[in-house]
Amino acid sequence: MNEPMDIAFRLNGRPVELTTDPGRRAIDVLREDFGLTAAKEGCGSGECGACAVLVDGTARLSCLMLAAQLHGRDLTTAEGLGRPDAPHPIQTAFAVHGAVQCGYCTPGMTIAAAELLARDPAPDREAARRALSGNLCRCTGYVKIVDAVLAAGAALRGEES
Amino acid sequence: MLDDGLSPMAGGTDLLVPGRKAAGRGVALLEGLPGLDGVAMTAQGLRLGALASLAALERHPVIRERLPVLAQAIACLGSPLIRNMGTMGGNLVTASPAGDTLPALLVLEAVVELASRDGRRHLPVAEFLLGPGRTALGPGEIVAAVRIALPPPGASQHFEKVGRRDALAIAVASLAALIVRDEAGRVVEARLAVGSLAPTARRCPSAEAALPGRRLDREALLEAGRRIRDEISPKGDLRATAAYRREMAGRLPLRLLTLA
Repeated sequence: MNEPMDIAFRLNGRPVELTTDPGRRAIDVLREDFGLTAAKEGCGSGECGACAVLVDGTARLSCLMLAAQLHGRDLTTAEGLGRPDAPHPIQTAFAVHGAVQCGYCTPGMTIAAAELLARDPAPDREAARRALSGNLCRCTGYVKIVDAVLAAGAALRGEES
Repeated sequence: MLDDGLSPMAGGTDLLVPGRKAAGRGVALLEGLPGLDGVAMTAQGLRLGALASLAALERHPVIRERLPVLAQAIACLGSPLIRNMGTMGGNLVTASPAGDTLPALLVLEAVVELASRDGRRHLPVAEFLLGPGRTALGPGEIVAAVRIALPPPGASQHFEKVGRRDALAIAVASLAALIVRDEAGRVVEARLAVGSLAPTARRCPSAEAALPGRRLDREALLEAGRRIRDEISPKGDLRATAAYRREMAGRLPLRLLTLA
């Protein structure tokens, strides 16, 4: 246990503050202190991508980040991408394309997709597969997930899919 | 803080994994310290800050253009999420025999810039890596940067990795090559380094010596492969047997036929 530290950052567009042990994992802060449970712990060691969040626009693993590293950052979880009544085009595409089975990997997949589409608005299938290669789905496979990411890209470009 | 036994932490992708030596112990975050991030062009070449993310290096235009062996090695390290967090300095200090950037740094003859309260010193990567997880870092010392002189523009570079899958795979065997040839296609200088085939990533001087004066044909590359087999000391683990590694080690140079 470390001395508590004051930590201030932006979370899904809003400034937030908390005082906590700086050595706690970011995923635990998000889930326990803010009730944001989209980021999930799959492996706890960086191999599954279920805990991915956007940090200053870059997809990172919240199970391998410390609370202290949140200070001054701009964080977006899957909850911040969109809401059930106003989903992000990526989230809509996942629903429309049946890219969700149990749903455990889905928030991390959408975060990895969001980073990809911000950097490369028109990825080809191979680029999408590479961008998602750190996110594991153990239900069903990746065909529909990649379909959804490509469709989301088209939607974000204003094209019919 | 380093005096108190805290482990310096860069990206955290190795240090924070449960079961690793620093898990549960205190860490000293290096992020935000000046002079450790970014890529700078100097008179001697490139200076890669220890905290530069692997993703940033992979996309850096000068690295893609002039150090493709490093860009290729980074592209098969971990996953995009790991590369967003993991750093150049971290891959060095972790000193895994399978560290993907290490064979590339060895053929580029990269130099590690070490910093401590007492000043800075520089060590070739080959002298920095002492064994599995062991480096020449002294007490209170951190890696500040990696310095790489740009190879001649005509040098061919290649990185090849054998793993159980593409992403998130620890190398079963890897080979980095930097080859300079004359206008007739004959090798003038060859630098070869392997990963996962010895206690550290290492150069293979006997294999390198087999190539000058020859073209990169099948015979020459198989001869280099035979010599690599004599220079390594592979171990068996859950990813591959020692015999499989030795077999692959002799075959990896054949990939350089694509450079011919």
